[in-house]
Amino acid sequence: MKSAPFGYQAPTTIAEAVGLLAELGDGAKVLAGGQSLIPMLALRMAVLDELVDIGRIIELRGIQRRDGHLRIGAGTTEAVVGADPDVAAAVPLLTRATPLIGHFQIRNRGTLGGSIAHADPAAEYPAIALALDAGLEVVSTRGRRTIAAADFFDGFWSTTMEPDELLVAVDFPVWTGRRGFAVEEFARRHGDFAIAGACVGVALDDNDRVTRCAIGLIGLGAKPERPTAAEASVVGVGVTDVVADDLGRLAVADLSSIPSDLQGSARYRERVGAAMVSRAFTAAATEARRD
Amino acid sequence: MTEIAIKITVNGRPQEAVVEPRLTLADFLRENCRLTGTHLACEHGVCGACTVLVDGAAVRSCLMFAVQAADREVTTVEGIAAPDGTLSPVQAAFRDCHGLQCGFCTPGFIMSLTALLRDNPDPTDEDIRVGLSGNLCRCTGYQGILAAARQAAPGPAEA
Repeated sequence: MKSAPFGYQAPTTIAEAVGLLAELGDGAKVLAGGQSLIPMLALRMAVLDELVDIGRIIELRGIQRRDGHLRIGAGTTEAVVGADPDVAAAVPLLTRATPLIGHFQIRNRGTLGGSIAHADPAAEYPAIALALDAGLEVVSTRGRRTIAAADFFDGFWSTTMEPDELLVAVDFPVWTGRRGFAVEEFARRHGDFAIAGACVGVALDDNDRVTRCAIGLIGLGAKPERPTAAEASVVGVGVTDVVADDLGRLAVADLSSIPSDLQGSARYRERVGAAMVSRAFTAAATEARRD
Repeated sequence: MTEIAIKITVNGRPQEAVVEPRLTLADFLRENCRLTGTHLACEHGVCGACTVLVDGAAVRSCLMFAVQAADREVTTVEGIAAPDGTLSPVQAAFRDCHGLQCGFCTPGFIMSLTALLRDNPDPTDEDIRVGLSGNLCRCTGYQGILAAARQAAPGPAEA
């Protein structure tokens, strides 16, 4: 339960950090809050030459409202995201999902960017980033680019970032008008990774017709999944005419890599996932109708 | 690998050491500072026994390297009683309410609850259960711990 030896760098600026990543190459890894990476090191699932600790880079932290977007610095802790009033007003899914991440002691260290860059398919923030079409801003010595969430998650614990790139901020589009959001998860114990879960956003027009539906699936594949056919199936439909259970079944119908383990078979997870989508849609629709 | 000189303020006292980067904060506290009140069980962030306060925030000291805590303030279970040895309200409540049996998990519970009640002086039972869900106890069945949490809660802030 002790990590193998590694070298340690603690840059204080983004420029310094990406310089180190470029110089150190493949054996280096970014250490953010460490709440996933340090257990992996302790269990020696990961053995790394160098850690580049970004925890002392102040410019990676903070939350800003910009026109149409909420920009959150990658180094902002989950505890800060969960308690921030601007986040609650602009991107309520983040506020509602945060208490489901581990325990409060974990959220005091874990960061938004760390969770998204780690890309665990059972984690909440990656699914929300995917469902809401977030933009992932990454920097390297070669420059700065924004990766759409749809192109970011590549596979289990895997993203399309290059090894020398650092995730610096996440831009969440802010929904306006009549909207509702909900996260539903089923876990055996509070704080465990969910067996399956879903986050849902619903927007309505003045006649209660669905104008937009966004669904992110948690723990139902090798990466967070977005069932676009299910989303499209309810757009234009009167919200009271949507049969939430049917939407749930459709949302999980085409999944090809649902995990199967001692916690539950793939078939079981599929059924739990359908129920979570159904519940989350119902809750989000109820909120949107009141908006 | 290169060792690194660090200084961490532990329970108000500066502690200096030259450490390997892989040394966890928990091992730094136990072995370098000889503060063995912080207990280690799972060493990968599941059990909560090693919970300490870093700049006031409850964290798992097995999921933080000592080098990450450089120049910060750490409070351990040894640092919350009064200088004359009078137990903190949370410590006293654990004794009064039979909130411990073997005592192995107790320092982690005490530190988690100390932070929880500071931030939420009048918690509901649900708040307490959720707040303590990151700490595991294999003896008590938790009921004495919940009773201790209720006793230690200062209650609604007076206007």
